[in-house]
Amino acid sequence: MEKKTKRRDFLFTATYAVGAVGAGAVIWPMIDQMNPDASVKALASTEVDVSAVNPGKTITVLWRGKPVFIRRRTPEEIAEAKSVKLEDLKHPEKDEDRAKNPEWLVMLGVCTHLGCVPLDQKGDYNGWFCPCHGSHYDTSGRIRKGPAPTNMEIPEYKFVDANTIKIG
Amino acid sequence: MSEHEYTPKSKVGKWFNDRLPLLTLANHLTDYPTPKNLNYWWTFGGILTFCLITQIVTGLVLAMHYIAHADMAFQSVEHIMRDVNYGWLIRYIHANGASMFFLAVYIHIFRSLFYGSYKSPREIIWIIGIIIYLLMMAAAFLGYVLPWGQMSFWGATVITNLFSAIPLVGEGIVTWLWGGYSVDNPTLTRFFTLHYLIPFLILGLVVLHIWALHVPGNNNPIGIDIKKPSKDTVPFHPYIVIKDGFALLMFMIVFAFFVFYTPNILGHADNYIEANPLVTPAHIVPEWYLLPFYAILRSVPDKLLGVIAMLSAILILAALPWLDTSKIRSAVFRPLYKQFYWILVADVLILGYVGAMPAEGLYLLIARIATAYYFLHFLVVLPILGFKERTTPVPLSITEPILGGSPNLAAVKKRDTFKDQ
Repeated sequence: MEKKTKRRDFLFTATYAVGAVGAGAVIWPMIDQMNPDASVKALASTEVDVSAVNPGKTITVLWRGKPVFIRRRTPEEIAEAKSVKLEDLKHPEKDEDRAKNPEWLVMLGVCTHLGCVPLDQKGDYNGWFCPCHGSHYDTSGRIRKGPAPTNMEIPEYKFVDANTIKIG
Repeated sequence: MSEHEYTPKSKVGKWFNDRLPLLTLANHLTDYPTPKNLNYWWTFGGILTFCLITQIVTGLVLAMHYIAHADMAFQSVEHIMRDVNYGWLIRYIHANGASMFFLAVYIHIFRSLFYGSYKSPREIIWIIGIIIYLLMMAAAFLGYVLPWGQMSFWGATVITNLFSAIPLVGEGIVTWLWGGYSVDNPTLTRFFTLHYLIPFLILGLVVLHIWALHVPGNNNPIGIDIKKPSKDTVPFHPYIVIKDGFALLMFMIVFAFFVFYTPNILGHADNYIEANPLVTPAHIVPEWYLLPFYAILRSVPDKLLGVIAMLSAILILAALPWLDTSKIRSAVFRPLYKQFYWILVADVLILGYVGAMPAEGLYLLIARIATAYYFLHFLVVLPILGFKERTTPVPLSITEPILGGSPNLAAVKKRDTFKDQ
């Protein structure tokens, strides 16, 4: 027997649809309230004075609650980073693209595996080593060995003047 | 609910019970027919109820003194330890209580695995139990973050980062969980809220767990269906109440030993250092009760697959009633299953051990073999065993092996004629 679409079926469908939209409109604010709030977003950029950083030294600054490594690299480190062949990399990125000014490497000091802070000047590639699950990074912060899937992230930054970096 | 109608003796009782049958419920719980051969492994249900109530009561008291703010949480916990009257005792009971809770739940789960308590008609009891177990792990993790020590902070960072393994939306979910760009104050306040909520969800599920249990009644060490009430059963009160009470006292001795003599042995010293987002402790290790799953996570070299393997290791338990194809419940009558059962116990203990060790070299190799075996047990061994295994004869009743005969005379006759042929 063929079922005929009745006026009542239309009313049911229309009621469910309006109900679903209404429920969604109520649920979304409940979910979205957990996203970063205005005060968290307001702290989204920070300026750092790097005049005291000598070659071969790293400073760590806090940006959005996360550590950012600012390393003034030595000529040997730069040479080492530039000499690596792209096909040897798990996440191929040129050193030039990661450090616009090769002397300064600015990156998030957060292991891309599960978010620990890697240790400076450690590991098999003279770069960073994450103590949590053993990821090794090179002098450009690129992943070379271990479980981390990608290179350490480069945040948005620019030199405001010769001695000041603005992150974010 | 029990079959027979219950009528309260007093007039007031009857008046009340006609309007809200609480007395009928109380009568059902006292008279509830229980298999008379339940051993001490069956006392952990009661022990777990005690653990849940202990956690709720001590937690409630701690919440009166704790401050859920990134700048004050660590100090407020020290304030509880040093200034609040008996604060040290209450906090140590709460912290060690979590470990005791897991100790009891693991015994409870492995009892179920040995005696086949998860099998038909008790699948829903089992699945509710798995949900409770998942919620327990969530509550334990959230609670561990609250003191805002180094392990709290970095444990929270690592565990929430597990969600970043999800393709496309992973990063968005992690930011949403944090309420920022790293674990920080918004994370702490929501974790406190959820940590407070979950025990009450567990309490509700425990009611369903027991309700579902009271429909078919308890399984028992020989895993047979019994007639209720009969010569094979005893009323819950006083028989089981006394037995559970005695076991609970023994359990409380162990509990008290940890609280009073080694209250920090199950924790990590690093958690007495306040959270520092710039320094990760050298070894991040979860609490002991999560170590086997941590070992599974680390044994897979791929981030996403590692997370999937870890979650599957827990969720596979929910499918157990259908993966185990054997009709015989108790391992007592399953000579091969009994051996595989103990191999599984050893496998989980090994996973727990390597989970605490650095993930490299021999440890990593052992973790990989143990992980593979864990899944093999559930996905290959159990389904095949049900068809291949030659089980030993199952008694017809609990009293039969001792007294001979059975409440079910027809069944005895049928089997005896079968034997003669």
